Amino acid sequence: MPAIELSKAPQPSFTDPAQIRNFCIIAHIDHGKSTLADRMLQITEVVDSRNMRAQYLDRMDIERERGITIKSQAVRLPWRSAYDNQEYILNMIDTPGHVDFTYEVSRSLAACEGAVLLVDCAQGIEAQTLANLYLAMENNLTIIPVLNKIDLPAAQPEKFAEELAKLIGCQPEDCLRVSGKTGMGVEVLLNEIVKQIPHPVGDPAAPARALIFDSVYDSYRGVVTYVRVVDGHLSTRDQIQMMSTGVRHEMLEVGVISPEPVPSKGLGVGEVGYLITGVKDVRQSRVGDTVTNYHRPATQQLSGYKDPRPMVYSGLFPLEGSDYPLLREALDKLQLNDAALVYEPESSAALGFGFRCGFLGLLHMEIVRERLEREAGLSLISTAPSVVYSVTDGDGKELVVTNPSEFPEGKIMEVKEPIVRATILAPSEFIGTIMELCQQRRGTLLGMDYLSEDRVEIRYTLPLAEIVFDFFDQLKSRTRGYASLDYEPIGEEAGDLVKVDILLQSEKVDAFSAIVHRDKAYAYGMSMTVKLRELIPRQQFEVPIQAAIGGKIIARETIRAIRKDVLAKCYGGDISRKRKLLEKQKEGKKRMKMVGRVEVPQEAFIAALSTGEESSDEKDKKK
Amino acid sequence: MEARADHLAFYIHIPYCVKRCGYCDFNTYTPAELQIQSSLEVISNDYIDLLIKEITKSAEVSESKFVPSIFFGGGTPTLMQPSDLGRVISAIRSHYTLTDDCEITIEANPDTVSPAMLSQLLEVGFNRISFGMQSALPHVLAVLDRTHNPENVEKAVLAARSAGFKEVSVDLIYGTPGESMEDWEQTLDTALALPVTHISAYALIVEDGTKLAARVKRGEILMPDDDETADKYILADNKFRSAGLDWYELSNWSKPGSECKHNLFYWYGENWWGAGPGAHSHINGRRWWNVKHPGTYKEKILSTGDPTQDSEILSPIEREEERLLLNIRLPRGIQRASLNAEQLAKLLPFVESGHLSKELWEAGQVSLTQNGRLLADKIVRDALTESLL
Repeated sequence: MPAIELSKAPQPSFTDPAQIRNFCIIAHIDHGKSTLADRMLQITEVVDSRNMRAQYLDRMDIERERGITIKSQAVRLPWRSAYDNQEYILNMIDTPGHVDFTYEVSRSLAACEGAVLLVDCAQGIEAQTLANLYLAMENNLTIIPVLNKIDLPAAQPEKFAEELAKLIGCQPEDCLRVSGKTGMGVEVLLNEIVKQIPHPVGDPAAPARALIFDSVYDSYRGVVTYVRVVDGHLSTRDQIQMMSTGVRHEMLEVGVISPEPVPSKGLGVGEVGYLITGVKDVRQSRVGDTVTNYHRPATQQLSGYKDPRPMVYSGLFPLEGSDYPLLREALDKLQLNDAALVYEPESSAALGFGFRCGFLGLLHMEIVRERLEREAGLSLISTAPSVVYSVTDGDGKELVVTNPSEFPEGKIMEVKEPIVRATILAPSEFIGTIMELCQQRRGTLLGMDYLSEDRVEIRYTLPLAEIVFDFFDQLKSRTRGYASLDYEPIGEEAGDLVKVDILLQSEKVDAFSAIVHRDKAYAYGMSMTVKLRELIPRQQFEVPIQAAIGGKIIARETIRAIRKDVLAKCYGGDISRKRKLLEKQKEGKKRMKMVGRVEVPQEAFIAALSTGEESSDEKDKKK
Repeated sequence: MEARADHLAFYIHIPYCVKRCGYCDFNTYTPAELQIQSSLEVISNDYIDLLIKEITKSAEVSESKFVPSIFFGGGTPTLMQPSDLGRVISAIRSHYTLTDDCEITIEANPDTVSPAMLSQLLEVGFNRISFGMQSALPHVLAVLDRTHNPENVEKAVLAARSAGFKEVSVDLIYGTPGESMEDWEQTLDTALALPVTHISAYALIVEDGTKLAARVKRGEILMPDDDETADKYILADNKFRSAGLDWYELSNWSKPGSECKHNLFYWYGENWWGAGPGAHSHINGRRWWNVKHPGTYKEKILSTGDPTQDSEILSPIEREEERLLLNIRLPRGIQRASLNAEQLAKLLPFVESGHLSKELWEAGQVSLTQNGRLLADKIVRDALTESLL
């Protein structure tokens, strides 16, 4: 039996780097990464079958439900290799699987010497996997190509082995074939990891340097920081220092995850484990930062540290105005575990008090919103997502605009918007429809390659703003779910961008303002005015709804004045009934917001804001 | 006119119909629903006995001496024997003093009256009769599920006049699905050609739980547009006015002096006693209502003598709300001086939009214009709602 009893396995802090293999698994959502990880935990016997559960390493409900990993994990697996019958320590570093978390992925990769490229052999490689694969290759990681789900009837291992071989530059025969579900081939894979992936190399005598590749807030223990030691040694009771901030921490505990936390005396070169310092906020222990010894500090930080920078902004408002303090509390709590989340108070004439929040991307935004609603029991309205614009006004002053309401009035010299390089992988039959979508979204074709006979990689530059607005949903629905998308920011470009305001009886409604390309301003104005005409109840006077760029009206709808709001009959028994109805209607009126003289039900705001993001899939379902 | 403590109007509920109309949610029952085998004569006699017991009880409770109005509504009061209806009037007369101008009204189905019966009704004391005409068009009546023949309305009204009824009213309904503007105009012209002194005209309300509501919900019939219904109101009001019938309440028009006093008592917040199952009463800010089912009503009257199901005492705020929502429906409207500054500020936009009469506003009255009458509920609601955010 190639598994090793834990107590007899090489112990943390004293493991020879030559016995260590650090690897991660690069895979697309649904390609079976968590299931493969489960099998590895079982085969190496770090989890016995009694304690086994599906997706063992996914901690949050959201992770389990959505089948995505938001936070990475690192598990120490002892293994006796069948090739040399030697004992090894395999550190499996789980990586987040989404484009929003590319930076986290890059740090996880930096903690490894090799990567298992896991591809569902019924589906082939997906765009995000490809992006992460390129990232791994740039980091000089050894890639082990693995085809998963070979037990599926729809499996096409030959076809996708060709595809992988072409991408990596290996032979199709080099692709391992496994089934995470049945466990077939998993032992072979573990042996190949030992054989192919180089062991870590570092200077045990040098001042300690460890890379933080994840940082998680735990309500009992405070922040748990995941590190990979590069040089030197980290021991309990060391005083450590974060090299980017210079902040000193007391090290309360060091250990490894196997797969529950096990304290150890320390961590040596090449080892992967966790630190607990008593800090309460992940921003004090940031992903990408270097941990060193305070009394014997290293001089050079490990490369690649970046501050997380929000790419997408949206206003979050509590449905009940009185929930504002609860929202603040919930955001504060969430931020302990999410260094990328930024927010500041915002007040909207239409929606009341809330927060302007910055996110890494759309998924990040969705997850934050879902967690706020689920964990804090809040009902929220979110405004349409906006990207970060650089606006130069008439005086040549440059402003950073993350909220349409900050868009300067008057003369504008230039507006720059973030641009991304997008990679789309899809069956070749969809090339036309994908190109059409990208053209509509102001895309510029960079190039196209066939991955295999009938699968293509299409590369575009696109304004990020076009992507944050239901691009992914559109792409999915137009390709029957087959296309996958990845994108990375590549800078800013000037664009003919304007702010469209929506006016109710000549009063601006801040929540509906949007920064859009001039060519699309009319369509946006039309759709909002039509939507609002349907959503806002008739008033005793006519209400014009206008869309305007500056002082110029580009679309107009009219809510006709209400003619009849009276019950004709009012006799003996009707009177109390009528009074009770009046009481009820008064309650309803309290949920109205006044925009100038116009009463707008809160539901109208919610509906107008949410349908803007509704995917065509959902619309079809409703029909 | 303020509430007079020594006056008490009576509403007498007759909870029986031969057939239930599709739009009706009133508290009324058909013999089949009640599974009564007895003849109408027996039902009439037994039921009137119960009413008389309740009236006798009212005299123990009420401090009022004078009765200015008695109104028999239903259901179909004309299903009862005129002599039995007369017994009710006599019972009231034996406990109270009817005022000299006491108005005694009966609601009547045009199909169920005969000249002989009309004479009998006059003999037992009735002096006002109100016919449920609804529409002059058979296809509209069919949607409403009304059984009467439209030609019978003219016959009934003429018979009532020749029998000696001076005050004759018809009820009309507009906004029935399938009714065109021309249909409504024809109904109005037909009604105005009759020798009537009073007309009530109601926009159809589709009440939950009715057969009509079920048909609307199933999509079998389409409710007319509110704007069209508003146009119908305007048409009716214009035609009535030209014919010398003035509005004295949102849905009621009459020749001068022929206003229904009983209705006015409701809107002035006077005291009234409603006798019979499901009837509501109001005395000095206290409201109560009787159990709804005739069977339960009978049981209660025979056992405890008190058929009350529940009651409420109106708070000063609720009384004020009622005052506003009732008074706004009358031409004189509400005294501006009786409103606070915030309420007046909420009402001012309606003066500007032409829904409240500017002239009367300046003269100190909050009074609806023709267009304003169609928004009466909204105007009261706005005036009464606390400041919005």
